[in-house]
Amino acid sequence: MHFSGLRVIREALTGHKGWKPLWRNPEPQPAYDYIIVGGGGHGLATAYYLAKTFGRARIAVLEKSWLGSGNIGRNTTIIRSNYLLPGNEPFYEFSMKLWEGLEQEFNFNAMVSQRGILNLCHTDAQRDAFRRRGNAMLLAGADAELLDREQVRAMAPFLNFDNARFPIKGGLLQRRAGTARHDGVAWGYARGADMRGVDLIQNCEVTGFRIDGGRISGVETTRGYIAAGTVGVAVAGSSSRVMAMAGMRLPIESHVLQAFVSEGLKPTIPGVITFGAGHFYVSQSDKGGLVFGGDIDGYNSYAQRGNLPVIEDVAEGGMALMPMIGRARLLRVWGGIMDMSMDGSPIIDRTPVEGLYLNAGWCYGGFKATPASGYAFAHLLATGRPHETASAYRLDRFTRGYVIDEKGVGAQPNLH
Amino acid sequence: MLIPHPLLGLRDAQEFTYLGDAVLLNRPDGMAEGAEAAFAEYVYLRDNPAGVHRELWFHEQGDRSWLVVTRDTTTHEILGAELARDVKLKGGAA
Repeated sequence: MHFSGLRVIREALTGHKGWKPLWRNPEPQPAYDYIIVGGGGHGLATAYYLAKTFGRARIAVLEKSWLGSGNIGRNTTIIRSNYLLPGNEPFYEFSMKLWEGLEQEFNFNAMVSQRGILNLCHTDAQRDAFRRRGNAMLLAGADAELLDREQVRAMAPFLNFDNARFPIKGGLLQRRAGTARHDGVAWGYARGADMRGVDLIQNCEVTGFRIDGGRISGVETTRGYIAAGTVGVAVAGSSSRVMAMAGMRLPIESHVLQAFVSEGLKPTIPGVITFGAGHFYVSQSDKGGLVFGGDIDGYNSYAQRGNLPVIEDVAEGGMALMPMIGRARLLRVWGGIMDMSMDGSPIIDRTPVEGLYLNAGWCYGGFKATPASGYAFAHLLATGRPHETASAYRLDRFTRGYVIDEKGVGAQPNLH
Repeated sequence: MLIPHPLLGLRDAQEFTYLGDAVLLNRPDGMAEGAEAAFAEYVYLRDNPAGVHRELWFHEQGDRSWLVVTRDTTTHEILGAELARDVKLKGGAA
């Protein structure tokens, strides 16, 4: 089933009787060549690229709940590639380029909207740091513009420019950044993978790995044993729990991150605005709700809900940045579980168990990475070698001393 | 969350800062055989359990004591708190 404007018109004229479910609901086969554990954004993208780009077959995605039931549907939908470090920026820019062609690529409306992201700065030192980051972005083929105070004012006149503690002095703008419809991304990848013969198996929880002589031979699940020569785990939030079944301890803590949406308002926020110093960022959804968030709660959690102090902290940040937000009513607050890694950067690598691969540690930043993470993980599963943009995301980088500490805070996950 | 401080009674978790798993009390001996591997594990690897977790909280806005708090990471229920000093004197975090 191909989506097009013509198709929408035809269905509208014929009573919408021709729409079909986007994917099958197959029974698990006894054996596959490739098993992806985790039917979220990254797992589905991995299966999609493995089938489409790398031409592999006999692939299954195992999901313990329904497809896209985790963080792919819980994030604040921001896509961007405004990183500094050489281990990170080429990867995220690769992801940004995949976002730009994504809807044509998988023939599905993911509502990718390049409305820009603006990081605000408040001191000369911070402006210098932004200039450096902007230059690093340009060197990696991304776009970046340094704005002065008046240029920021022209974009967002409603901001509080004269806050006593954090007066706005300018900002770093990436125009190609923006937002996407997060569920649509999962559905698009799921549909694209299913069309290419990938079995998407829902309500199938992995309960163990079968390992023979240091090599993976399959997975135990709630729907029976399934054999596979190559198993990729993409279960960010629960990576430690799943990999513990293979006898591994990871450089990861699980933390809860909350997100917020207001009632629907008329168009008011031009793109994504981040107020890092105040632990607050905001954008506006196409439906009109202000979508915003702040920092993680700061203690280990698997609860998918946070506590009131962080809600207050985020609200205070919002009021300091744009006092008019105080007139908007909060509609919903929810939480998601982050794989907070020890250096704030992800892991896409093989493991000590031959044939078992790991995609984990996405911290705050998993959504924007979805296309590149899927592509790079599929590359690793198909070829056994890391993708060139993801070659720094090694599992052993911590013991070797090659951490990618974008924020420079060391091995304390709740500070990343 | 309210943390039952052994000396001060119930205190708001907002008065504390969080460090992480209480195994951090068991610092390896830097002079021992295999100290490099032991330190890499100590600094970077965590059990990160879903369920009961013993963890270090610092009463920064209070009496500046370190506590070992036992907490369920799936519900945020706090099951107990001891002075980290007492835990260490009893022989570590285990």
